[in-house]
Parts: sequence; C-alpha cells; structure tokens
Amino acid sequence: MSFKRISLILTLVFVFSFIESAFAKPIEIHWWHAMRGSRGEVVQKIVDDFNKSQSDYKVIATYKGEYDEVLNAAIAAVRAGKQPHIIQVFEVGTQTMMMSGMVYPVYKLMDDYGYKIDWSRYLQPVLSYYVNEDNKLMSMPFNSSTPVMYYNVDMFKKAGIGRLSKEKPITWDELGEITEKIAKLGVKGGLVTAWQSWTQIENYSAIHDLPFATKANGYEGLDVQLTINNDKVVNHIARLKKWMDDGNRFFYGGQKYQGPKSEFIAQNAGVYIDSISAIAKLQSSVKDFEWDIAPLPVESWMAEPQNSIIGGASLWVFKGKKKNEYKGVAAFMKYLANTDVQILWHKETGYFPITLDAYEKLKSEGYYEKYPYQEVGIKQLTRRNPTKSSRGIRLGYFVQIRNIINEELELVWNGKKTAKEALDSAVERSNIKLSEFAKTYK
Amino acid sequence: MLRKRSYFKSKGLAYLLVLPQIIITATFFYWPAIRGIVSSFMRSDPFGLKSTFIWFDNYINLFKDPLYLKSIVITLIFSGSVALLSISCGLFLASMANRALRFTALTRTLLIWPYAVAPAISGILWLFLLHPSYGVVAIWLNRVFGLNWNPLLSSRDAMLMVVLASSWKNISYNFVFFLAGLQAIPKSLIEAAAMDGASPFRRFWSITFPLLSPTMFFVTVMTIIFSFFESFGVIHAVTQGGPGGSTNILVYKVYQDGFIGLNLGSSSAQSVVLMLLIVFITILQFKFVERKVQYTG
Repeated sequence: MSFKRISLILTLVFVFSFIESAFAKPIEIHWWHAMRGSRGEVVQKIVDDFNKSQSDYKVIATYKGEYDEVLNAAIAAVRAGKQPHIIQVFEVGTQTMMMSGMVYPVYKLMDDYGYKIDWSRYLQPVLSYYVNEDNKLMSMPFNSSTPVMYYNVDMFKKAGIGRLSKEKPITWDELGEITEKIAKLGVKGGLVTAWQSWTQIENYSAIHDLPFATKANGYEGLDVQLTINNDKVVNHIARLKKWMDDGNRFFYGGQKYQGPKSEFIAQNAGVYIDSISAIAKLQSSVKDFEWDIAPLPVESWMAEPQNSIIGGASLWVFKGKKKNEYKGVAAFMKYLANTDVQILWHKETGYFPITLDAYEKLKSEGYYEKYPYQEVGIKQLTRRNPTKSSRGIRLGYFVQIRNIINEELELVWNGKKTAKEALDSAVERSNIKLSEFAKTYK
Repeated sequence: MLRKRSYFKSKGLAYLLVLPQIIITATFFYWPAIRGIVSSFMRSDPFGLKSTFIWFDNYINLFKDPLYLKSIVITLIFSGSVALLSISCGLFLASMANRALRFTALTRTLLIWPYAVAPAISGILWLFLLHPSYGVVAIWLNRVFGLNWNPLLSSRDAMLMVVLASSWKNISYNFVFFLAGLQAIPKSLIEAAAMDGASPFRRFWSITFPLLSPTMFFVTVMTIIFSFFESFGVIHAVTQGGPGGSTNILVYKVYQDGFIGLNLGSSSAQSVVLMLLIVFITILQFKFVERKVQYTG
C-alpha cells in the first residue's frame, strides 16, 4: 500500500470519528414489554414521541411476548449479564421482582437523578400495589386496570331491567334476581366471569375487606398463609355454583380471558365480569347490541364497600447499568407520567391514568360525560382509602397460586368438590408453595 | 489376504472430524441435562442469585404431592390412547393408500399434510371444531343428538379432545413409515398366498403384519416419546391442563411450574423424573416388545 493511500485512509478515519463525536449517538435505553396489538401501537407511539422530544436518549421498546415470557426473557438476560434497562412485569410478579436483588427502586432512581415527584398526586390504590414496607415506590405503575361488571343493555331491557348505577354497586342478591330473569330469556347463561381468581376471590376479598392472606396479604413478611377458605368466600363460591346448577344463571367460560369475553360478545351471557381494559375490545367488536358498565356487586351486609384492587403491570428498572443511562431512564419514567401521555394511554386502552392531574384534566374536559363508562373503574378503585386487605396482594409464586385456585375452582364448577373442600385444598396447596418461597430467601 | 485399508493415516484427523458433532451434542444436550440434574437438587430464586443445596427435598415434595402422582397417571393414559389411536389409524390409512391406484400422489400428500401443521395451530383447529360455544362439531352434537359436550368442565371430554388433537398430527407421521414399510414387502409373497386361497385378512395378519413389525416397533417407540413431549403445544393451546388439572400431563406441568411459576428446583426435578420415566418405558419396550419383532434381510 502506498503512503498516499494510507494517509488517505487515516484522514477518512479521522474525519469520520470527528463526525461521529460531533453528532453523538443518543444513548440507547431498552424497554421490554408485553403489549401487543393495538396496545402495542400505543406504546410505540408514546416511545416515538419521547424520542422526538429530545435528542440525548433513544428508547427502544421491544415486544417480548406475553407477561410470563417477558419475565423469563429478562431472567435469562440477567443471568447472561445483558439485562434491559426497563421491563414490564405483571402484578403477580411483584414479589419475585422485589426479592430478586436486581432492582433499582423507582423512588430512589428519581431521587438520585433530581426528579422531585409528588407521589401524592398519583392514584393511591395503584401506587399502593407497588410500594415496599416503608411505603416507597419500587416500580412505576404502567398499565393498571380493575375488574368491573359489563352488561348487555338490550338484554336487560328485554328482561325488564333498567340501567344500573355507575357509582352505587348492586348487591349480589340483586344480581341473583337479574341473572334469573336473563336466564328466562333463553340465553345460554346469566353471568360469565373472566380471570376467576382475580375477580371472584382476590377482588371479592378486597371489596369486602377480607384478608386474602395473613401478614397484611403478604406485605409484612414472607411467612404467609392464604386465608381464602373463610366462610364468606366459601359462601360466595357456593352461591355461584348454585346459580350454575339452578337454571344456568352462571356458567364457566374457560380459563382464558378470550373465552368469557367471546361469550359476552356472542350474547351468550347478559352479565360479564372482567378487567376495565376489555373496553377497547368491546368498543371494536360489539356492533349488534348496546353494553354498559357498572361497579362489581357487593354483599348486602357490606354497607361501605372497599376499593377494588388492580391488575396489569408495572415498569421495573434493573441494576447494573451506567449512570448516564439511568439519567435517561428517569427522564423517560417522568415522561410516561406526563398528563398528556396518561390521557392518551387511558383513552386508547381503557387502562387507568395513573396521575390525578390526568384524571382531573379529563374530567374538566368533559370526557367522562361523553364516555361515562370509562370512569366506573376509577371511581370503584378510589371510593375509599385502601386498607391492609385492599391495598394489594404480595405473594411469592403467585402465578402458581393462581393456577392452583383456578384448578380448584374448576373442580367446584364440574361438581367434583364442594366450595369448602376446594378452597381448603387451595389454601393447603398454596401454603406449601408459600413456605417454599420463604425458604428460598432465608 | 485382504488388509483393511484405512483412509486416515492418523487418528487425530478422525477425532477432529467428529469433534463438531461432539461439541454440539455436549453443548445442547449433555450440558443442559447436567445443569438440570444439578438444579433439581437446589432451591434457588428465579434470578439464580441465591441457591441452596437441599439434597432430595424437591423430589420428596414432588412425590408427596398427590396431584403429581395423578399427573403421572394422566400422562400414561394420554400417551397410551394417543399411541393406540394414531398407530391403528396410521396403519389403516397406509394399507388403504398402498392399494389405491388413482390419485396416489395427491392422496398421500393430503394424508401427510397434518404432520406439517405446528402443534399449537392444530390445537386451535380442533378448538374451532370442539369448543362448546363456537366449535362447529360441538354445536352440531348438541343440536342433533342433544349431547352436552363440554371440555371446559368435563374432564373426560377434555381428555378426549386433546387425545384427538395430538393423534391427528401423529397419524400422518405413522402413515409415512407404515406406507414405506408396506411398499418394502415383496408382492410375490402376497400373490403366492392369494393363490393358495388366503383371505385378505389372513394375508394381512400372517404375512404383512409380521413383516411390518420392525416398522411397527419403531413407530410405537416414537409415538410414545412424541406423546410425552411434543403434545405440549396442543395442551397449551386447547386446555392449558384443565379442567381441574385433568389434562395436566407431565411435560406441561414442567413448563407451568418452571417457566410460568418460576419454581426452578421443582421443575428440574420433574424433568429428571420425566427423563427417567421415558428411559424406563423405552427399555421396557426394547426388552419385551422387540422380542416379537422379526427383522428380515
């Protein structure tokens, strides 16, 4: 190679490296999430807007599969030392993440990078799910929902039932009469419910201020035991079973959330209990009947029902990244809580806005007068300050415990066990898992 | 005297040539298997930061759990039914296809097709047929026969559904091997028997079937192994182990506890048990069934 050629190459290298440093690449921040379809599009829009709003950081959002797949991918990545900055973890994974020792708590991140945040301006029942024992926020709530009751207005009219209140819940006895009337119309069943453990046991317990587990539902220690075999929950499950046997007033639509939802859409059920985030799907697929939303029913003895508890997911920050990257993570977290971003998220998906500012702005804009059903979940969630039994559930191996509850409930529905037997055995089986989990972290 | 002439002058080159294969097998089979065995003796958190050696606790807990024992029984029933159904249907279709003269290529392609469908997809297809609310066949069964088919609630219906869905895929696989086996049987034998006046059934039973026994044996072993492992996709798509755990076969339980529940110790112990079980069944087959097999040629 001639001298000329070498010097040319060197010059070029020099020039390019100069350009490179003059137009420094933004710092990349990786976010793994589980939002698919239309929700995924909203996520992408939010990320794009953030990237356009500044030039220091570039958030790269990656869909890594369903919730459990995201968590698995993250665990594998942590083991390989290549974890992303942010991961979205479903609410049942909260304890696993908190105990993992791999988490950079959100409250600390925001403090360290100079974001003074008034956490009291956030929806408390949402935050309370993700705080540690000192009431400090460990992860940033992202998509939060709560179960509500959907009903088929046309079917109600046919059965001679008026619209339900959006604030004052009906009682389970009243729902019993309603399902009886609907079953008489000749539809397949009166009531169908999705996520039976979440809606019929976890939220039922919270609303009626019954503990789901000892130690304040697991917030106050790892040596926890389930308490769902109490009389009240047993009676509730037994009543559903009675409705099932007695004139198809309740029927089981399957484990997966698509099952019950499609039953409601196909008008096989007049009443349907599911997450508030089902709104988006119902808005797009229901064409031939009118539906509305009411809060979950409560027992007649519960004069002042508690708040319901949330589901969904929150964003966790992993340890082991560079300082300048965390600066970007903090900036992005702050951006996510912006009023406009939260309003967009709420309108497009049905999930809650997490700040009071966003909620109040929507109210003042008259959004809820136009779409009153969007507000039912928020009102139910914030109707009272959370108690120890209604602030959330913090259990290890919670996914397995939900599986156990699911299995045992199915044995009630198909008549192999009574409600009492099934819940006793759910408690017994779950307690073994819980004690194993506690031993892991001893 | 003929001297064995080795192409390789040194042993080194030979080892070098098999090395890639050994490395691949070691990395993707032996290493994970050893890791699995090790972690079955540990109690560890999902992120692998804290692990304690706990001897056989994971195994003891497993066998104390009545549901695990139930899951073993369910697995045996499931794989037995899948094997029976898919082998008999595969054999039947293969002997029919072997005789078909017209549209041979088309018939065979159509029969092989299901094997190319991914298990999860085949599960969904069967769900569209047999789901109590939107399954075409299920609704028809209810309307015409008044049959209350409900795999969401009835353990028996659910089991039947996953057996059908898994067998459907395996039938094609078995069909291919049976067809190849049938075509390898010399026509002259069958023709001679026909001239002696043996009925078609007799010809099949006394000539075809024994000559087919090596294929039969191979197919049985493969089907059992398939139904233990490959049926995962079908179960995941169709019943997710339900209702009440009645279709929760071993391999699905490993996945549920390990990948979804993040209980790695127990899940590893379960995979070791699963591995031992399949080794045991395979040894049994080779010891007792293979004696009846007649290898020719």
